[in-house]
Amino acid sequence: MIEKFATLKAVAIPLDRGNVDTDAIIPARFLKTIKRTGLGTGLFHAWRFDENGTELPDFVLNMEPYRSGKILVAGENFGCGSSREHAVWALMDFGIRVVIAPSFGDIFYNNGLKNGLLPVRLAPGEVRALMDGLKSGPGGEVSVDLPAQTVTGPDGAVCGFDIGSFPKECLLQGLDEIALTLRLEGEIERYERNGQKKAPWLFLDL
Amino acid sequence: MPTIIRKIWDRHVVTERPDGVCLLYIDRHLVHEVTSPQAFEAMRQAGRKVRRPLSLMAVPDHNVPTSTDRLDRIEDPDSRRQIEALRENAKEAGITLFDMDDVRQGIVHVTGPENGLILPGITAVCGDSHTSTLGAFGAVAFGIGTSEVEHTLATQTLWQTRPGEMRITVGGATGFGVSAKDVILAIIAKIGAGGGTGYAIEYAGEAVRRMSMEERLTICNMTIEAGGRFGMVAPDETTFSYLKGRPASPGGALWESAVADWKTLPTDPDAWFDREETIDASRIEPQVTWGTSPEDSLPVTGVVPDPETHPDPRGRERRERALRYMDLRPGTRLTDITVDKVFIGSCTNARIEDLRLAAKVARGKKVADGVTAMVVPGSGLVKRQAETEGLDRVFLDAGFQWRLPGCSMCLGMNPDRLKPGERCASTSNRNFEGRQGPGGRTHLMSPMMAAAAAVAGRITDVREML
Repeated sequence: MIEKFATLKAVAIPLDRGNVDTDAIIPARFLKTIKRTGLGTGLFHAWRFDENGTELPDFVLNMEPYRSGKILVAGENFGCGSSREHAVWALMDFGIRVVIAPSFGDIFYNNGLKNGLLPVRLAPGEVRALMDGLKSGPGGEVSVDLPAQTVTGPDGAVCGFDIGSFPKECLLQGLDEIALTLRLEGEIERYERNGQKKAPWLFLDL
Repeated sequence: MPTIIRKIWDRHVVTERPDGVCLLYIDRHLVHEVTSPQAFEAMRQAGRKVRRPLSLMAVPDHNVPTSTDRLDRIEDPDSRRQIEALRENAKEAGITLFDMDDVRQGIVHVTGPENGLILPGITAVCGDSHTSTLGAFGAVAFGIGTSEVEHTLATQTLWQTRPGEMRITVGGATGFGVSAKDVILAIIAKIGAGGGTGYAIEYAGEAVRRMSMEERLTICNMTIEAGGRFGMVAPDETTFSYLKGRPASPGGALWESAVADWKTLPTDPDAWFDREETIDASRIEPQVTWGTSPEDSLPVTGVVPDPETHPDPRGRERRERALRYMDLRPGTRLTDITVDKVFIGSCTNARIEDLRLAAKVARGKKVADGVTAMVVPGSGLVKRQAETEGLDRVFLDAGFQWRLPGCSMCLGMNPDRLKPGERCASTSNRNFEGRQGPGGRTHLMSPMMAAAAAVAGRITDVREML
């Protein structure tokens, strides 16, 4: 269920921390849902709220104009840890469509692409410059252009980023990946027929 | 020439796109109640059927209470609903379910292997990052998100980019009081929490060859804590003798041909890896984490590090933040840190050997005053085996709680949780902020070290207690 993405110009939120794990993005007690919606309330819960549910004023998402920011800029290894796709759903439910970081947890990166949350990998120095710029000039807007594969900072500095050609197409067109794969049914069946001959123990019923 | 990673990968390519992304055939798919309901729901909405239901196994583990009354009531309605959803989805699709009243119920990464569901040379997935555990059999096993769970349910395949290949050679032999958990914590400290990102990691070397299946499962389990989605150990006689006769293992003539095939899987002697690391097992001491990332581990003989000594300003900030959260001061000896709770369990360390090692430390001793210590077997089968060996008595006599199987206090999702400010010696895999409950403080360590902490009431060098 991918949400289309092409370009976005929006306020960027500087979250200057490395190793932001998916337990921090959405703590496990918020995962007890059988839906994908409504998870925004749990986003960064322990950082946004105190034990009584009162907002912590020092946390960046509780400051203006970041409450309506759509682009998150963070440190290395963003989204490490658990495979919970709820982390992506929570970010998107809050309104965030792009996360820019030097590196991502592999599972989080994939989960983002499958939903239409664009993970953008920039060089560590580029993220640092962007982060410092956003911290010294709060409320700065960042432009993300997926067709051109560029990020433009508030100071006009342009950085290019890499993304696979297939996920890029899926994001631009909002394609249903499962439907595309099901067109290869013939090849999957052929694989299974060969496999059953070569390694029948892999096809035992559980 | 190829590595074991490449051999297994290449066998499973259904087709490859021009951009190099492969459609991989998935042999086994394990599901639990937390990351699957949205996938089944989306399948229903799209009018799609599960393609090969008998390649799946479903088990509730994250939400299940570990108290004895859990069959009568699960207080939390949301937890109950997730478990019921798993039950209904499994029934509707015709998927084998190890339900809560089944002796095979347990943590998905414990019960899967012990029932023979995971074999050398296979691809296996689960909507859980600790699926890396299952690579211990010489399998390509990896954690996926819910969208990929749905894709696997519908197509029995996944689009995957080839990972980089890394080999970590663990030379020598582990010393007295040192376990597989200490080895993997030392590896993560060395390569960092992001050091394995983008890689599949093969663990090799003398120390790994000597390890039992349980120990290999512990090592592969925490691969994801270094960022690697795939951990792997080449299959050998240890693997084959573990698997022989397990319920889902091939039998008869099929067993013979399977073993012959599995012997061709190990990495060729002249194979090339993108990255190689080595570590000397004989120099590894019992490990303890002091911070909020699994890379923050030190020998138990060490002291809490001083953020000022970190060369990089970001690193300094991260350490300061971790020490604030953990309420620790630089220079404090790790063995001076007192604990409130002790948790022996999780997909990292809740197998029978883990419980035997912990029991060896606990035997004839008492849990310190003011400490609550719990032992949570990884599955009903582990629990039964432990009870046959009398381990439950050892723990109960020493004042530990002996609970029913599940993920328990690893992740703060079921009733077993830390309260804000509580400090826990834990055999689990993640010491992230709030992981074991909001405001809870986690020190990761081995089952022996955790048992020693329970008895002493503070972090202790288990070698002094053995």
